Amino acid sequence: MTFAYVFKRLLGTIPLLLGISLILFAIVHFAPGGPLDVYADNPSVSKEALEQIAKAYGLDQPAYIQYFLWLKAVIVGNWGYSIRTGRPVLTEILLRLRPTFELGGLALLFSLVVAIPLGILSATRRGSKLDGALTLASFAGISTPVFWLALLLQLLFSVQLGWLPSAGYQSIGDGSLFDRLAHIVMPAAVLSLATIASWSRFIRSGMADVLNQDYIRTAYAKGHGLLGVIMRHALRNAMIPAITVIAVDFGTVISGAVITETVFAWPGIGRLFMESMDGRDYPMLMGLMMMGSVGIIAANLVADLAYAALDPRIRYG
Amino acid sequence: MAELSLGAVSARPQQSYARRAVKRFFKRKLAVTGFVLLVAMALIVIVGPMLSPYAYDDQDFNVIGSPAPMSPEHWLGSDELGRDALTRLIYGGRISLCVGLAGAVLATIVGVLVGAVSGFYRGWTDAILMRLTDVMMSIPTLPMILLLSGLFRPGPVILVAIVGALIWMGTARLVRSQFLVLREREFVEAARALGAGNMRLMFRHILPNAIGPITVAATLAVGSAIMLESALSFLGFGIQPPVPTWGNLLNSASSWLSTAPWLAIPPGLCILVTVLAVNFVGDGLRDAMEPKE
Repeated sequence: MTFAYVFKRLLGTIPLLLGISLILFAIVHFAPGGPLDVYADNPSVSKEALEQIAKAYGLDQPAYIQYFLWLKAVIVGNWGYSIRTGRPVLTEILLRLRPTFELGGLALLFSLVVAIPLGILSATRRGSKLDGALTLASFAGISTPVFWLALLLQLLFSVQLGWLPSAGYQSIGDGSLFDRLAHIVMPAAVLSLATIASWSRFIRSGMADVLNQDYIRTAYAKGHGLLGVIMRHALRNAMIPAITVIAVDFGTVISGAVITETVFAWPGIGRLFMESMDGRDYPMLMGLMMMGSVGIIAANLVADLAYAALDPRIRYG
Repeated sequence: MAELSLGAVSARPQQSYARRAVKRFFKRKLAVTGFVLLVAMALIVIVGPMLSPYAYDDQDFNVIGSPAPMSPEHWLGSDELGRDALTRLIYGGRISLCVGLAGAVLATIVGVLVGAVSGFYRGWTDAILMRLTDVMMSIPTLPMILLLSGLFRPGPVILVAIVGALIWMGTARLVRSQFLVLREREFVEAARALGAGNMRLMFRHILPNAIGPITVAATLAVGSAIMLESALSFLGFGIQPPVPTWGNLLNSASSWLSTAPWLAIPPGLCILVTVLAVNFVGDGLRDAMEPKE
């Protein structure tokens, strides 16, 4: 992989980011009431004060000038102030990133640890009863509403069995590792279900293609066992097509995180999004949308680069 | 030789592509299961409300106050306002299925138009439309629909428009790739030579040849649309109570989870069964329409 290729791909993300910023700006700008709507209901804010605020924020300027002012501020890291807390949007978001990364990281781990063996199992026994059952299970997995699964798990493990806390990041006055694991295990399982279902399918088909190759037969002929062939020869190549899917699923994971964090009262950015929805905190919502979009673009970029790096047959240009 | 092979072809019983596809579709167990489930679901939500003795917002004052369990009067129990859970479930299914179906139809229309124009005209038109598609694909769907719902407080019609506007991109990419290939084929050249205009070439000659993958994409879009609307209503946006949808039924059930778990299970099960059936049908259509020879 050449530096030129990486550079070209990085350049390619600029129009995407501009497009997204334009759409987000247009939505907030042309929404009923506009950004000052929150103050309009407030009797202690006079009409003169409103005009003054409008002038101070440049809201009396034409739309395209406002857009450029806003864009300039976004680029230098000034994402505005939260209407609910009055603190800078970027600071608030960064504060809430850690729980989301913990949750997402564990869900990613679950997904890989479960999906890879399931995919391999399916691929090595194509057409068997087990393969059929796993196919059905993955269909069910992608068709299960995340929020419903979350409710069912809460019902089973918290209400009926009483094994796990139904929500929250940790118990008050208890920050032990065990306590935190008990809190994170259900949301992480819920968040990983859809990705397990989809990745195991792609690993199955990737593995099935690879296992038909001549070099796999050669590896068997050299005396490797099934496990050895899969681990040493097949897995790496079988994972290459799956990598693109892992990146594409990043958007699904973001949507899933919003739901999961809300149901389990997990204090990450997904829950922050819902709190901001309830408080009509538009600067915060804009910031979070921007963050999510950048995440999706970055995931796709990383996948493309990894794809090119892992498979020397792919020519990039 | 040419005559001989022509004779061989015409000797075979004439069977259209569509008929063969339908035949292949109904040979698949999962596809048929999905199809039957969907038909049953449609019948239930159409006929059900006519048979139910309750309207979706009728209150039974004998069981008002907190959710009541299943009983001969209320087969699936009733909610805290004394409303019959089964009636609300079936009526909610009407709304969820309608929004899902309409959203998918809209997404397919937009996707086909964008993809067709992009793949047919290529060049700058293609570049601009595909960048737009990329941009839309980079925006997280659920947060976006939440944001739009929060800002515009949409009714069902606008909601369908929003759902459609957020899930057309996959179809557009698919249709574009089909058009890029098909526009180079001889039959398009022939039609052009006979004087067909661009519109006619695109929609009368090329589009019918891409109908297989489009049908599959449209089917799967129904599943996405139902899921998206349900998630939105579950989070308290989208269609508002007292009008029930599967999503907002689950939303209200979640506050009674420990005391009335029987309210939380049926709506989710309905979403699962419907989306599963849609995915079975979509998968069956894919195999039926693009046979791997």
